[in-house]
Amino acid sequence: MTPASTDLTILALLSPFAAAAIAPVLTRYLKHNAAWLLAVVPALIFLQFATMIGPVSEGAKILPALHWVPSYGVDLSYLIDGLALTFALLISGIGTFIILYAGGYLKGHPQQGRFFSFLFLFMGAMLGVVTADNLITLFIYWELTSITSFLLIGFDHLRAASRRAALQALVVTGGGGLALLAGFVTIITVTGHMSLTELLSDPEALRGSEFYLPIFLLVLGGAFTKSAQFPFHFWLPNAMEAPTPVSAFLHSATMVKAGVYLLMRLHPVLGDTELWTTVLPLFGGATLLVGTILGMRQTDLKLMLAYTTVASLGLLVMLTGTSVNKALEGAVLYLLAHSLFKGALFMVAGTIDHEAGTRDITRLGGLRGAMPVTFVAASLAALSMCGLPPFIGFIAKEILYEGTLEVGSGLVVTAVAVLGNALMFAIAAAVVLKPFFGPKVETPKHAHEGPVLLFAGPVALSVTGLVAALLAHTTGELFVAPTLSSLLGEAAHVELHLVPAHVGMPLLLSLVTVALGVGFYLSLARVRGAIAGALTAIGWGPDKGFDQFVAGLVMIATAVTRGVQRGRMQTYMTAVFAITALSLLLPLALADGLPEMPSFPEFRFYEWGIFAIAVVGLAAVLTAANRLTAIVSLGIQGFAVALIFMLFGAPDLSFTQFMVETLSVVILALVMTRLDLTPADHRPFAAKVATAIIASAVGAGFMLTLMSITQRPFDTRLSEFFAEYSRVIAHGRNIVNVIIVDFRGFDTLGEIAVVVLTGLCVLALIRVRTRTTSEFDDGAGEEALAKPQDLSNRAVHAPVLEAKG
Amino acid sequence: MNTIIFRTIAPYLAALMILFSIFVLLRGHNEPGGGFIGGLIAASALAIYGIACGVTSVRRAIRVHPMSLAAFGLFIAALAGLPSLVLKQSYMTTQFVELHAFGTQIDLLTPMLFDLGVYFVVVGAISSIALALEERESD
Repeated sequence: MTPASTDLTILALLSPFAAAAIAPVLTRYLKHNAAWLLAVVPALIFLQFATMIGPVSEGAKILPALHWVPSYGVDLSYLIDGLALTFALLISGIGTFIILYAGGYLKGHPQQGRFFSFLFLFMGAMLGVVTADNLITLFIYWELTSITSFLLIGFDHLRAASRRAALQALVVTGGGGLALLAGFVTIITVTGHMSLTELLSDPEALRGSEFYLPIFLLVLGGAFTKSAQFPFHFWLPNAMEAPTPVSAFLHSATMVKAGVYLLMRLHPVLGDTELWTTVLPLFGGATLLVGTILGMRQTDLKLMLAYTTVASLGLLVMLTGTSVNKALEGAVLYLLAHSLFKGALFMVAGTIDHEAGTRDITRLGGLRGAMPVTFVAASLAALSMCGLPPFIGFIAKEILYEGTLEVGSGLVVTAVAVLGNALMFAIAAAVVLKPFFGPKVETPKHAHEGPVLLFAGPVALSVTGLVAALLAHTTGELFVAPTLSSLLGEAAHVELHLVPAHVGMPLLLSLVTVALGVGFYLSLARVRGAIAGALTAIGWGPDKGFDQFVAGLVMIATAVTRGVQRGRMQTYMTAVFAITALSLLLPLALADGLPEMPSFPEFRFYEWGIFAIAVVGLAAVLTAANRLTAIVSLGIQGFAVALIFMLFGAPDLSFTQFMVETLSVVILALVMTRLDLTPADHRPFAAKVATAIIASAVGAGFMLTLMSITQRPFDTRLSEFFAEYSRVIAHGRNIVNVIIVDFRGFDTLGEIAVVVLTGLCVLALIRVRTRTTSEFDDGAGEEALAKPQDLSNRAVHAPVLEAKG
Repeated sequence: MNTIIFRTIAPYLAALMILFSIFVLLRGHNEPGGGFIGGLIAASALAIYGIACGVTSVRRAIRVHPMSLAAFGLFIAALAGLPSLVLKQSYMTTQFVELHAFGTQIDLLTPMLFDLGVYFVVVGAISSIALALEERESD
């Protein structure tokens, strides 16, 4: 691969993010017509990937890379082989039409620009997932798809249902993402490989590892949540709250397939073990049946499609889980077919909703005259979904039946596949027959054909499904074979025919599927009632479980917070200082032993003077009649310390100490004037003694720690380094300042960021207090205001620590 | 505290302190001083001015919200690390220009810009807290 083409590929992979930035601006000027211009971006990405079809189908792997964080081995490296390329083409190809479709669907929506932006962000993230080579990069893209899908599902954020669906999707897929991260880290630790390329070239590294089980479970946690496998399937139908372009893009061809992608991608290293071929078909099969059965119950077009998507994902996982070559080939073909027909059908459902005003099949009918183009597109896509010839869905079903028959437990797997496919047949038939055929039904809006923007996508995708089947041989050579090679980890040969070579079991099973499907379709109303009754009888589902889980979490969090944050300043202070004292004194008492008491040195007269100032300050604090005086007197101590710094050659520190003391006293005094504190301390004697003990313990702790530090031999390497280099490297003679702004400038940057944030927080706290003053009684007011004082101290002292360090 | 003497002197004192804080800031790289201590001095100057003449005068005098000063400081501090990236060195590698003016050599360093950022952060953050605490009647 030439460098220029490498750059182009990386550019293509990053361009959606740039498009996301300009989309709102373009939309402001061009309104919905911006879609035409914006769709050029994914189209160009598609073309860039299309140039790779030739080399990849000949077995080449394309590995464009940029170094990102070389010190941690995190590279922006990509791996484009058959599997990645097929996905990338689907994402960018379907993405092109989704952008157009979004232009028509959200025409006139005030936030259309933002919507385009989110779509592009998602597209960039998804392209990254399927092409990333580095595991950490893959994870980052993976999480980015969760976050962007959160934004997309919650796009209509004024509706509570949207918000809930978005949050649910984020919690489920984000939680799975965390499991995935743990899985990846374990993989990296066990094998030492950070990139997929290395990992895939070492196929036995994981299967033979004693950590195979945890890795398997963690990766599955990521894949199953993302791909909505039972029992995590519930978020996907709820995500139908999103505008239809989102469903057509995320929930048919892209995001939900990320889990399947991951399983397929790791199949060469994780697959073909007893665990794999047991767990995956089990959950995949369950998902297939649950999805189709729940789908039968629905009358909302989008929900019917959503549940069949769940079912299809189950089918894909089941097939991937068999680790049988023919079944994997079926999975690849079905993946291709499903992306094409499901994307088209979702868009059709949206168009019907958009033009007729409802997507409830019981309120639709006879639309084929009013919406002829949409009708044709819908029929082509549905025929593919039903698995009828001459569509890609038919070929996929033939191959997958052929595959399931080869599986060890072939009978069960095949039976599940046939049953699932038959149910999907019935739903596909209902999706097309109910709205378009039969007598014309009065719809909320007067139905008519949608604009080009709306029907371009469904037509293109459904026709592609037809053409891919008619050119079956080419499809097999260019797409299926290279993808299958990625799954197997070795070159694969695929021979596809539209007309089955011989009349065998697969064809027979297809006929059974169709017959069963027709039967289910005819008894749709009865089946629907039966399922609804059964579900009511059960009365609990994972969706409800999710709510209970969240409610429980909130309850525990509240209880913990109430337990820890009692809202009494005195308790906080006592806890903080008691723990400080313990952490200073315990190590000395247990491990280091007490330092030797130094002999009392000869003091010069001015040193005696400073000592006297400190003692006077202490006395003033202890005897002060009111609290304000005590605080101001505390400043005397601070100045004494500053003088000591000055005398012993730390002018910077001394300066800082002077200023900090001054400002602390000023701010403390200001805080005190705003507190509704009693001027003097009227606590009982016992409480005062306890406080005094804690205070003395902290003081003694600091003293002893400092003494034991200074009694150790002083390592001068650092001082010498700074003395030698501060002038040479950093052009400064003041070592303290050079350390702060140059040698350890990055630390300082972090610290000043903390100072700014602290300032903001204190400001917010003061404002909150001002607004709610009347709500506080004396005691609570004290608590609310004691905090800013606490924080401002921190703000002032934080950089001082730096100066000392 | 709010005597006529204090109120008369405070503006001059504050101005002098600000001047001194800039002096301390600029000499920081070679002599005791620097952005942090300079910022503290400037913050005290503003606090004194505020106590004497009222928060409104201070806010008028500095024109922008003190928190904006802090944010600006953080911004230029972060910016100060960037020039080295152009030369393909690590972030925050010191860059410098030697100027000869007024018969003496002056080193202009990127850490000075950084130090200026620290100065603004400290002034901004502390005085926004102090001012917010001082103006109790107005809000």
